[in-house]
Amino acid sequence: MTDPKVTIAFELNGELTEVAFAPHKTLLEVLREDCGLTGTKHGCELGECGTCAVLLDDQPVLSCLALGLACSGRRVKTVEGMAAGGRLHPLQEAFAELGAAQCGYCTPAFLLTAEALLAGNRTPTRDEIKQALAGNLCRCTGYIKIYEAVELAAARMRGEAAAPADESVYGRR
Amino acid sequence: MAGAKLRVVGKAHRKLDATAKVTGVTKFADDLFLPRMLYSKLLRSPHAHARIVSVDTTKALALGGVKAVLTGKDLPIPFGILPVSQDEHALAHDKVRFVGDPVAAVAAVSEEIATEALDLIAVTYEPLKAISSAEEAVAHPEPRIHDYGDYGNLHKLIDLEFGDVEEGFAEADLVREDLFFFEGSTHLPMEQHAALADWAPPPDGKVTLWSATQTPHYVHRALAKVLELPPAKIRVIATPNGGGFGGKSDPFSHEIVVAKLAILTGRPVKITLTREEVFYCHRGRHPTLMWVKTGVKRNGAITGMHFKSLLDGGGYGSYGVASTYYTGALQTVTYPVPRYKFQGARAFTNKPPCGPKRGHGTPQPRYALEVHLDKIAEQLSIDPAELRLQHLVPPNSLTANYLRIGSMGLGACIRKVVEGSGWKQKFRKLPLGQGVGLACSSYISGAGLPIYWNNMPHSGVQLKCDRGGGVTVFCGSTEIGQGSDSILAYIVAEVLGIDPFDIAVVTADTDLTPVDLGSYSSRVTLMSGNAALQAAERAREILASHAARKLEIPVERVVFADRRVFDAEDPERGLAFAAAVQLAEAAQGTVGTVGSYTPPQSAGRYRGAGVGPSPAYSYTAAVAEVDVDQETGIVIVPRIWIAHDVGRSINAAAVMGQVEGSVYMGLGEALMEEMAYRGNRNTVHKFPSLLEYKSPTTLEMCDVVTYLIEDPDPSGPFGAKEVGQGPLLPVMPAVANAVYDAVGVRVDEIPVTPEKVLKALKRKAKGEEPRFGPSTFPDIPWPEPTRVPPPWEGGDGKAIGQKATVATGERRH
Ligand code: FES
Ligand code: FES
Repeated sequence: MTDPKVTIAFELNGELTEVAFAPHKTLLEVLREDCGLTGTKHGCELGECGTCAVLLDDQPVLSCLALGLACSGRRVKTVEGMAAGGRLHPLQEAFAELGAAQCGYCTPAFLLTAEALLAGNRTPTRDEIKQALAGNLCRCTGYIKIYEAVELAAARMRGEAAAPADESVYGRR
Repeated sequence: MAGAKLRVVGKAHRKLDATAKVTGVTKFADDLFLPRMLYSKLLRSPHAHARIVSVDTTKALALGGVKAVLTGKDLPIPFGILPVSQDEHALAHDKVRFVGDPVAAVAAVSEEIATEALDLIAVTYEPLKAISSAEEAVAHPEPRIHDYGDYGNLHKLIDLEFGDVEEGFAEADLVREDLFFFEGSTHLPMEQHAALADWAPPPDGKVTLWSATQTPHYVHRALAKVLELPPAKIRVIATPNGGGFGGKSDPFSHEIVVAKLAILTGRPVKITLTREEVFYCHRGRHPTLMWVKTGVKRNGAITGMHFKSLLDGGGYGSYGVASTYYTGALQTVTYPVPRYKFQGARAFTNKPPCGPKRGHGTPQPRYALEVHLDKIAEQLSIDPAELRLQHLVPPNSLTANYLRIGSMGLGACIRKVVEGSGWKQKFRKLPLGQGVGLACSSYISGAGLPIYWNNMPHSGVQLKCDRGGGVTVFCGSTEIGQGSDSILAYIVAEVLGIDPFDIAVVTADTDLTPVDLGSYSSRVTLMSGNAALQAAERAREILASHAARKLEIPVERVVFADRRVFDAEDPERGLAFAAAVQLAEAAQGTVGTVGSYTPPQSAGRYRGAGVGPSPAYSYTAAVAEVDVDQETGIVIVPRIWIAHDVGRSINAAAVMGQVEGSVYMGLGEALMEEMAYRGNRNTVHKFPSLLEYKSPTTLEMCDVVTYLIEDPDPSGPFGAKEVGQGPLLPVMPAVANAVYDAVGVRVDEIPVTPEKVLKALKRKAKGEEPRFGPSTFPDIPWPEPTRVPPPWEGGDGKAIGQKATVATGERRH
């Protein structure tokens, strides 16, 4: 508390942002406490659960392990920056449609990690999705609806008119 | 509504809060910030069992930025979730009972200062002998961890007899005994517990608490008791829970502490527990040792069953008395058990308290029973699927322990997974190292009795129709990710013929919403759903009468659909739903209704009959497929087929999510999750971190093939039964049975870790019994049994010699 605040300028969700904070703060704390963006969650603050993931220069990072100071001049994207022009991002749309967000606490980090995956791979296989999301824990969904949502969003982002499979929302008949 | 075509119910829907959740807008407890807010931290005991000699807070109070420090003296009134176990203090009073027991609390202007202040609190302890396991508690009645309980360090002892089991064993062609152990595990919600309190000074004199709790009503009661405030001066708002699974169902120290600190400082006070502290809150699965003896006829029909369980309860009561009863309650609801004896004991130990985790007290005995049956089937040379199919509890029947079964879809569940998994081609036929295993289960759709005895409804709903066509539903139910808010909307939308998204729901706020007992025991869809159904039908009746008059048709012809109210015989003739509301409002004033739900009276009248009854039982069957590496003992589960009798899906997509999530959590318990302790006589949590407490990631999670069986139960709204907990139950025994099918060893202990598989394989190689598991059940000073003749022996639900009905103090969850 006695440390004087530092000010950094960085690009936050597409906007040039200046923020002042105590220099020991993590990016997670700066986002939540100093920028008022509480969409980024935490489950451990020790780098173990993936719940705090955000995109730093388009790469997923654990914001609880990154210092706020280290983000000076860089690009940060949080879940608040995903929807654009009053419309949900296709990943958000698919997560909502399939119930891939149950309690929703892990969801922001899954969405951003998936966004980074799809940015580099438009047609990920189920195994590639599992690998990409292996650092994010979810206690509610068993991950299955999350995989299906990523696949659905990927198909739609490729321009396909995809819909949730009957089996995934009604079970095998 | 019966017979009417369903427009909303049964379809796959988006949840009402889906957009908020995918955009990060949902406010969880730690996302709340109030002006001038202080931060609280708790000082926790480093000792497993010790007397508190003194607590000196002088230095902490003197630290700049510290606004208040609390100790046990400031909150002397005990509390606890069950009326019979009021054994907790918000801050330890005279003793600490586990490593992590809260001792003192600080409020400061920042979390850093609060943390620094904790180091300045000087506590002198006088360590006492610690009890580290249930067996040790049995062997050492002294020193007592609590000064109450049935015997020494045994908190609760139960002995119930429904018919003469010895007679059953005498009639049997085969009598088999087995021992099992189920290690404790924890809920591990991704959201750490958090709470924020605010205080409005007199004359308001009111506390508001926002908390990540599954049971705001019980927190409300606990706060009123401990803070000695009238309930009307307390408002509890449950924030959406970032996962609960039973772990946020008790009133907690941190909730009471921040409320007290807010009153003392006159400022809002927030606390967010660290992940390590969440492990100390625990209330998870009780480690349970079990012994089961069953007599069967050559065809597999059970003639009698005797089941014993010994639960390691940890340092406090929590839901433990109910958990103990639950380890003996549901053995009878899947396969007929004509004579049944249950003995259950719960021990106090110096570890974090155990309580209700998904499946509450039933996964342990279900695992034991389903593996036990697998062994019996093998001895009888009957296919285990056939054995179960041949002996199913009939629908609309009463069990030996007086549980009333309604709809019963287990047969359909078994047939689905047998067919889907290719069971007949795989069982005992796969190459060494690969195997399949089958198991079944059942779970309650809400408990028949409330936690504290009262004769009021378990769930209430208020409904308001707006002249603009919107509807608001108010209910005390708590959204923990299972979709309970949305259930209210789907049901009301179905009845009133509007879209679920036309409906606003206001939930879990003790100032605004009628009481619902909470999100536990899989009760919410059935109970709040029935309350919503009643409120909606009453609103429909009001609107229909005015619309009928306007349309000049008999009221029976009025149909509500597509946001319209119209004539069934001439659908063109009608009016908009909003117009119907306006008509009614003009004629009779504001359109509002209420609905409530009380479960039917249970059939059992004996002491202990309060645990087990439910308005409806869900059923599940699962087949697990495993690959076992004989070199390393590593078990991989590629796929699980699961069929769940949900009665009727209200939102099919959400039902699928609950099934998959349950399979996931069951898989974690089957293979890796355990609360392990070390050091200081095995009372220090070995790994209170998300890294070291192993839970399945995307890489361990199996594929899941789900079948939804819809066998509507007349007790549920539109026939719906539970789905949030039941599908977890068969996973552990299915995996254990599959391991046996794969490599011929029995791991009679959960989790099935590589180490245990290897030990069993080594024994097998040496020609010893190919098994890993417990070998003895300790002698326990059981009380005189309560003898209740089963219904088919002329019983009336009462115990022999029982005088009046049950004493009210004994009625519990
Ligand atoms: S909060 Fe768990 S990894 Fe950052
Ligand atoms: S949705 Fe609850 S933790 Fe993932």
